[in-house]
Amino acid sequence: MIEIKNLHKSYKMGTNSLHVLKGINFSVAEGELVSIMGSSGSGKSTLLNILGMLDEADEGSYTLDGLPIKNLNEKIAAQYRNKFLGFIFQSFNLISYKNALDNVGLPLYYQGIKHKERVEIAMSYLEKVGLADWAGHLPNELSGGQKQRVAIARALASNPKVLLADEPTGALDTKTSYEVMDLIQGINEEGRTILIVTHEHDIAEMTKRIVNLKDGVIIDDSKVNQVRALSNV
Amino acid sequence: MFDLERWQEIFETISKNKLRTFLTGLSVASGIFILVILLGIGQGMQNGIAKEFEQDASNMLSVWTNVTSKEYKGLNPGRQITLKNDDYTQTVNKYNDQLEYKSSVFRIWSGLINYKKESGNYRVEGVWPDLQFLENAKMTQGRFLNYRDIDNVEKVVVLGNKVKNDLFKNGEDVIGKYVQISDINFKVIGVFSDPGGERDESVVFLPISTAQMVFNGGNDLRRLAFTLPQRDNFEQALAESEKFSEELGAYLKEKHSVAPDDNRAITINNSLENTKRFYDLNKMIEMFFWGVGICTIIAGIVGVSNIMLIIVKERTKEIGIRKALGAQPLSIIGMILHESIFVTTISGFIGLIFSLALLEFVGPLIETEYIANPSVDFNVALTTVFILVLAGAIAGFFPAWRAARIKPIIALRDE
Repeated sequence: MIEIKNLHKSYKMGTNSLHVLKGINFSVAEGELVSIMGSSGSGKSTLLNILGMLDEADEGSYTLDGLPIKNLNEKIAAQYRNKFLGFIFQSFNLISYKNALDNVGLPLYYQGIKHKERVEIAMSYLEKVGLADWAGHLPNELSGGQKQRVAIARALASNPKVLLADEPTGALDTKTSYEVMDLIQGINEEGRTILIVTHEHDIAEMTKRIVNLKDGVIIDDSKVNQVRALSNV
Repeated sequence: MFDLERWQEIFETISKNKLRTFLTGLSVASGIFILVILLGIGQGMQNGIAKEFEQDASNMLSVWTNVTSKEYKGLNPGRQITLKNDDYTQTVNKYNDQLEYKSSVFRIWSGLINYKKESGNYRVEGVWPDLQFLENAKMTQGRFLNYRDIDNVEKVVVLGNKVKNDLFKNGEDVIGKYVQISDINFKVIGVFSDPGGERDESVVFLPISTAQMVFNGGNDLRRLAFTLPQRDNFEQALAESEKFSEELGAYLKEKHSVAPDDNRAITINNSLENTKRFYDLNKMIEMFFWGVGICTIIAGIVGVSNIMLIIVKERTKEIGIRKALGAQPLSIIGMILHESIFVTTISGFIGLIFSLALLEFVGPLIETEYIANPSVDFNVALTTVFILVLAGAIAGFFPAWRAARIKPIIALRDE
């Protein structure tokens, strides 16, 4: 599903250049649930951003489901993001003046799906994350866990090939974190490929494979025995 | 633009962000409102001044005489100059092809007029038939003097409206009645009104021949009055009348042995010069209000631009989210422009409607001398609305364009 070869990325900070990713080789098969771990500054978020086409690599190749992701202009990148990727952010990034249903329907709007159909699809995903009764509520009327579940429903709405989650539990307490992880595990079991960036070991252990990043290189990449989130709740 | 889904999205955004929408709308609406009111008052002032100046025929020349103020050809200053009949007839003969209306005027000093028990003191003038047009007098009853009256030295009189109202208290028919002017009977042949108001209606006119004969006027005249033909081009009319008044002045001064620069002895009042002053004043007023109006629009544009900048800034994160979800740069720009154009257009028209309504309903109630019927050219108002909308769109475009180019990762970065 994802093929990365010799990926380099550096940021210019004034006169200095900060080399963040120093040759990453890494692939993800369909249906995997992978966590990318590392301390802050290890480059894990940068890697995720490049995978999400929110940022571009300086060097190396990236293939998503057989499609080479290279020299994309804004328009194509937007199309690919819309079609192939779903994002889950640490700070949820829901649009504050739209209710849960409209937030979930937004990716569908950019696919050109008509309002009526959009509402139906969005509602079905809200049901899936257990928030059908909250469809008309604005984000600030929801708890953190609920917000993240709306965000997950939104990421799923466009039926993407890969879900990318950047610290999805970073803003949540332990109990809620595990509930969200349970949801993510459930989605993975339906066959969807999911990548999670996290620095929490307990969260990482709920995935099927842990990739450890340090100073811009992968120092460890191993399958783990998945811990069921529900058993910890 | 006609994408229904886009409209739904815009309406949702607007209805969920009422304060923001209201503030944008308020700045646009108030800008338009102030501009239209200003232009309306400017127009009202122009109308008011035009009304003040429309009393007499506008290209009129009047000749007055007084005592000489300068020694000339051995003659002492302080000599009384009096116009004579031949001054009038010779001028008319000499310049006949240049003149439109002409009249000499002889004034009777004690103008006591009686009818039965009513009496009053009024201006009594012996004039030619053309004076009707020189004074802009409108006949309300009967007729004005004609050349037969003058040739036959008829004892007839034309009354000003106020004189008629003063003397004929019980509303009886005045035509054919006799009034006494200094105890001499004159038959009333007409009544006139004058746009100059009461002062210009407290006058009675007699044929000049009768007036000079009956009141021992001899050949003496009080003043001469002429108009030149109307010209479409104001500058041409002004040049003609200035040239004519100079020639006439030189001619009369020469004839009466008055120093060529003694404007006190023989004064020629050129009403077109007054008119020119009025035109200049009007132009000044117009320019002033346009100046203020343009400044108002600029202030409005700056206000709208500011608000658009702030809106886009405030929405940076939202734009980042939308881009991460697959919004294309063009759709982001389109969304922001669509919204801003929609809001500025609606509020611009609201401001326009309010100001036009105010001018329409309150305008006619304004009763000062120098403001009459304030109104505004609808096309001008409409144009300003479009200018403001366009300015709002341009002001919104650049930040929107920049926002659409920001990488979503930067827009999404947590503070």
